[in-house]
Amino acid sequence: MSMPKSLVSIHDFSKEELLYIVDLAASFEKEYKPVLQGKVVATIFFEPSTRTRLSFETAANRLGARVVGFSDADNTSVSKGETLKDTIMMVSNYVDLIVMRHPKEGSARYASEISRVPVINAGDGANQHPTQTLLDMYSIKKTQGRLDNLTVTMVGDLKYGRTVHSLLQALSQFNTRFKFIAPPELRMPNEYKQYLTEQGLSFTEHTDLAENIDDADILYMTRVQRERFSDLMEYERVKNVYVLKNSLLKNTKPNMRILHPLPRVNEISADVDSNPKAYYFEQARNGMFTRMAIIHYLLHGKATL
Amino acid sequence: MESEKQLKVSAIKDGTVIDRIPSSQLFKVIEILGLEYCEKQITFGMNLESKHLGSKAIIKISGRFFEDDDINRIALIAPEAKFNVIKDYKVIEKRQVAVPETIVGIAKCFNPNCVTNHQPIVTRFHTLRTGENLALVCHYCEKITDAQHLQIITKNN
Repeated sequence: MSMPKSLVSIHDFSKEELLYIVDLAASFEKEYKPVLQGKVVATIFFEPSTRTRLSFETAANRLGARVVGFSDADNTSVSKGETLKDTIMMVSNYVDLIVMRHPKEGSARYASEISRVPVINAGDGANQHPTQTLLDMYSIKKTQGRLDNLTVTMVGDLKYGRTVHSLLQALSQFNTRFKFIAPPELRMPNEYKQYLTEQGLSFTEHTDLAENIDDADILYMTRVQRERFSDLMEYERVKNVYVLKNSLLKNTKPNMRILHPLPRVNEISADVDSNPKAYYFEQARNGMFTRMAIIHYLLHGKATL
Repeated sequence: MESEKQLKVSAIKDGTVIDRIPSSQLFKVIEILGLEYCEKQITFGMNLESKHLGSKAIIKISGRFFEDDDINRIALIAPEAKFNVIKDYKVIEKRQVAVPETIVGIAKCFNPNCVTNHQPIVTRFHTLRTGENLALVCHYCEKITDAQHLQIITKNN
């Protein structure tokens, strides 16, 4: 049995596939029909993530598919000690596609190798969350009209933030100019900077937020996550360093939009929300159309739109 | 009878001499090749002078020959090792360890949150060579385990 096409890591999709998903998401945003009627999608969440799960479930429902699954491993056989393998073997007998979230890194790759149906990784620990990257790309395309030749400024936790790492890798195929703004403790890891250099792309690194955002097309904010720190003193030191306030946006470009993977804590103050450059809530809405496109693509391949 | 004893250590009639093992890795090599369960005559030498490695170890095994798979399993910890195949006291073949592109079920992933450390899953790595050093990229969690943190999974655990 050959493995069905899955989406575990952003590298699993070629540039053409990334562009296809972005275009399909745009077309679903205009119009969609219940083309997946008769299909069943499982959302199996071994750790809770209400936002992500609802986004996937709505996406499947809007295309006419039915959804089964669990939102927490506590009431399943997993709590009796069932292995991940057995759970995946069972569920993949029943459904046409699996959306999985799991706290352990690498779990989605493993599931995709034993499942008889496609698997979408909805987050495997600190490793990958590729549908977030695709919805970010769709948001960028939608607000800028293109993906090529943009200045993308990433702010906050660039060391541990998996979303910025995946987005960096995906955008590196589109001649992006990157600016990294982070405290010294949370700088972009060398392996990613080296990757950009190998791709012939330029980037600059800064520690000051206010002085470095005026040339951005996309300002990508991230949350400094408490759980990533072994040293809580260090967390206290850096958590309030990068707070975006409305007053800082005065000289930014008119086309600039602020993205954030959400949830935010205090890195974007509430007075930014009413600024037309604030795009994070619509970004989350774009996630639903993007996930519709991904589910459709994995079940149907490239159909004529 | 002193000379005969020496002869036993220094030469074997048929078998394999594994040379150029870093001294510090001798016991790991023994483990990986499963030699503790081997019933043939085996001689180990450790902390021997080596122009190449500074200090080396060797293993001589009578009547035992190794497959490429076995040889490449030790690439991770003894990339310079040489397998000399001995027939009738003569070296008839010298085989060099080659680093395989993928390594299955030998090493443990260094990432404590990797699924392979929590579920009964055979580990799988892609090898990455950066200059002299060998590192392993976990096929599952995508994290890098470098030579310093390399832990070998033995048949006992």
